[in-house]
Amino acid sequence: MAATKRTSAKSKSSSDSPVSLKAPKPADFTKEQELDAYRGMLLIRRFEEKAGQLYGMGFIGGFCHLYIGQEAVVTGLKMAIEKGDQMVTAYRDHGHMLAMEMSPRGVMAELTGRRGGYSRGKGGSMHMFSKEKNFYGGHGIVGAQVPIGTGMAFANQYRENANVSLTFFGDGAANQGQVYESFNMASLWKLPVIYVIENNRYAMGTSVSRSSAETDFSHRGLSFKIPGIQIDGMDVRAVKAAGEMAAEWCRAGKGPIILEMQTYRYRGHSMSDPAKYRSKDEVQKMRSEHDPIEQVKSRLVEKTWASEDDLKAIDKEVRDIVADAAEFAQSDPEPDVSELYTDITH
Amino acid sequence: MPIEILMPALSPTMEEGNLSKWLKKEGDKVEPGDVIAEIETDKATMEVEAVDEGTLGKILVAEGAEGVKVNEPIAVLLADGESADDLSLPLEGREASAASREGSQKSAEASVDPTPAGEPADPPLKGEGKGAKAPAAPKREVAADPDIPEGTEMVQTTVREALRDAMAEEMRRDADVFVMGEEVAEYEGAYKITQGLLKEFGAKRVVDTPITEHGFAGVGVGAAFAGLKPIVEFMTFNFAMQAVDQIVNSAAKTLYMSGGQMGAPMVFRGPNGAAARVAAQHSQDYAAWYSHIPGLKVIQPYTAADAKGLLKAAIRDPNPVIFLENEILYGHTFDVPKLDDFVLPIGKARIHRPGKDVTIVSFGIGMTYAVKAAEELEGQGIDAEVIDLRTIRPMDLDTVIESVKKTNRLVTIEEGYPQSSVGDFIANQVSQRAFDHLDAPVTTIAGKDVPMPYAANLEKLALPSVAEVVEAVKAVTYRS
Repeated sequence: MAATKRTSAKSKSSSDSPVSLKAPKPADFTKEQELDAYRGMLLIRRFEEKAGQLYGMGFIGGFCHLYIGQEAVVTGLKMAIEKGDQMVTAYRDHGHMLAMEMSPRGVMAELTGRRGGYSRGKGGSMHMFSKEKNFYGGHGIVGAQVPIGTGMAFANQYRENANVSLTFFGDGAANQGQVYESFNMASLWKLPVIYVIENNRYAMGTSVSRSSAETDFSHRGLSFKIPGIQIDGMDVRAVKAAGEMAAEWCRAGKGPIILEMQTYRYRGHSMSDPAKYRSKDEVQKMRSEHDPIEQVKSRLVEKTWASEDDLKAIDKEVRDIVADAAEFAQSDPEPDVSELYTDITH
Repeated sequence: MPIEILMPALSPTMEEGNLSKWLKKEGDKVEPGDVIAEIETDKATMEVEAVDEGTLGKILVAEGAEGVKVNEPIAVLLADGESADDLSLPLEGREASAASREGSQKSAEASVDPTPAGEPADPPLKGEGKGAKAPAAPKREVAADPDIPEGTEMVQTTVREALRDAMAEEMRRDADVFVMGEEVAEYEGAYKITQGLLKEFGAKRVVDTPITEHGFAGVGVGAAFAGLKPIVEFMTFNFAMQAVDQIVNSAAKTLYMSGGQMGAPMVFRGPNGAAARVAAQHSQDYAAWYSHIPGLKVIQPYTAADAKGLLKAAIRDPNPVIFLENEILYGHTFDVPKLDDFVLPIGKARIHRPGKDVTIVSFGIGMTYAVKAAEELEGQGIDAEVIDLRTIRPMDLDTVIESVKKTNRLVTIEEGYPQSSVGDFIANQVSQRAFDHLDAPVTTIAGKDVPMPYAANLEKLALPSVAEVVEAVKAVTYRS
């Protein structure tokens, strides 16, 4: 047990070399899995498009970071984990919340700052939580969620349960010092944490090659003996397979693991980003050749698991959910002024 | 029904922009995500993407138009089976003004979900509270100290032992409480505050961390979010500067930002302020810093009994508590009541010495100057009331103000820097709430406005002194 590991330096072996792992070969999805993935990713996409629209109309204020393009990452990982496993991420968080089955109404109403929002309108796009759904935020400070996710893993180990903490951060946050402080402790104490690096190639407007000495993020744990693998984060099957392997690794008491998800965001860093740091062709190429939703869609059609009409019905169902959330988020009242002074301390 | 495409805002402050280019023309098929136009402001150029699929039925604002208002319809999208003839309907009577937003909003919504016959959506709210008065901050009642039964044995205890006893008692009481920090386990604490804890509770609950304040403070916050009750020891609060983001942004604000769903039930503790001859980077009092932050409670005890009773309270408190100790006080001995469960209320000051001529307010090591000065003043015929704040946030100003109403004079003492100090805040509150009761200006005594020097003589000068307190009291009582 880790408890004994902490007792004495003698019990620590320092000769283990970092384990090298290979990305697991993704298994084909069943029809049901393909449909689940399609529905889940489409919900995120349509939700985010609607959020972008509401932002443009002035209903959503402040910062609003959309997850469009990256849907396969969180959707595939959610398919790989078990009840009780936790997620924590930074501020590009709407997709994670929807994947964790938080209510689209509650998320959208938080975006518009209304009382029916998850934080009763006091958190906004970047700061939302659901203890019930094991979603621990929603953090606005780049990298701050990494020690927090590590601490959640610490709690799992302390309680001797089998849960795993999925701690998401981007290629930008991967250069924050506290990430490596966390890696060190997580590996030292063999904490059950999956570090998911969502490498979408740009930290705001700075490309990975302009910001990172080591651009292979799966290697970022080498000094801490944390194994890492690179995954095609646009392929939901590859993501799910990697997530299952990683969760198994953690649950077996082997400590942390890094999954570098190679992904892409189609939209700017936030709504007010004109995205002049990359070419339109680059974006268009990703959209037309690697779109995570189109990949699933074409497999569904190819295998005749879904007709155009079936897919249209799913689209309609998803649009209705999003329309309902948007309607609620616009008509729900703002928080009562008495909320100004609630929840500061217990 | 046809869908209106509205002029989007690039930021919450944008009111209008230019429509620089149309990338689709009337009659073109459009899919969600397709770039249909480019708009620009003085700051940026942005692409307008389609949210819905359909055919671009009509362009309402021509390429090159300037000063297009946000939310003004710029084009109309037709769904399958709709023709441009349908356009007259929703566009009738519409004016490109803010007043029409409600209607256009409705049609945009209806187009996504044709079923609802509900009320039109409200226009974007820019803060209903604008012009409204902020409600008054609620007042919290704090219980008085518990009565100590007559005949209770008093045990001479150092502050160091009292802190250790508090942690041990709470760890026995609640399995979710654990201690983490540098050298807390095998070394038994850099200042021996965690002496004996590893032996009793084991390495699972007494956790030696690497030297990694930012990281382990955040790990503590994560564990607290997950329901554990960490006691995070900083070897000194000077090192907690590395962790201040986790303390302030993660621990203190999450209860509010989550609408009350989750918070950080934890204690950050360790020695704070100047010790002796450790110079500028190791000698800083953070009472004023942390007391600035909503969401935190801040305690700085002086006596061993307060250290014990308040640390137990802090560990049980469901909020993040900053518990500021002092290296010099660790070895001071005080009476501590021998009781099974001695817990004191957070947020309650203690009248350390009753008096009638002047009120002296301090906390933590500042109390050593106050106590000595009061003794000296007694010999000169001045009867000082000494108040130990104990908790800096939430602050028990009522006790201070009641005292000032009696003595009409106030002197505050702290070792921290003078600007925006704890004393400044007290002076401000007293001047607002008890101005008519003051017979002299409030005098605040603080450390000097300099980084702590190393040289013994300069260090002494940088800190407050008993002589300064005596002098200040004489000045406010007009006895020179």
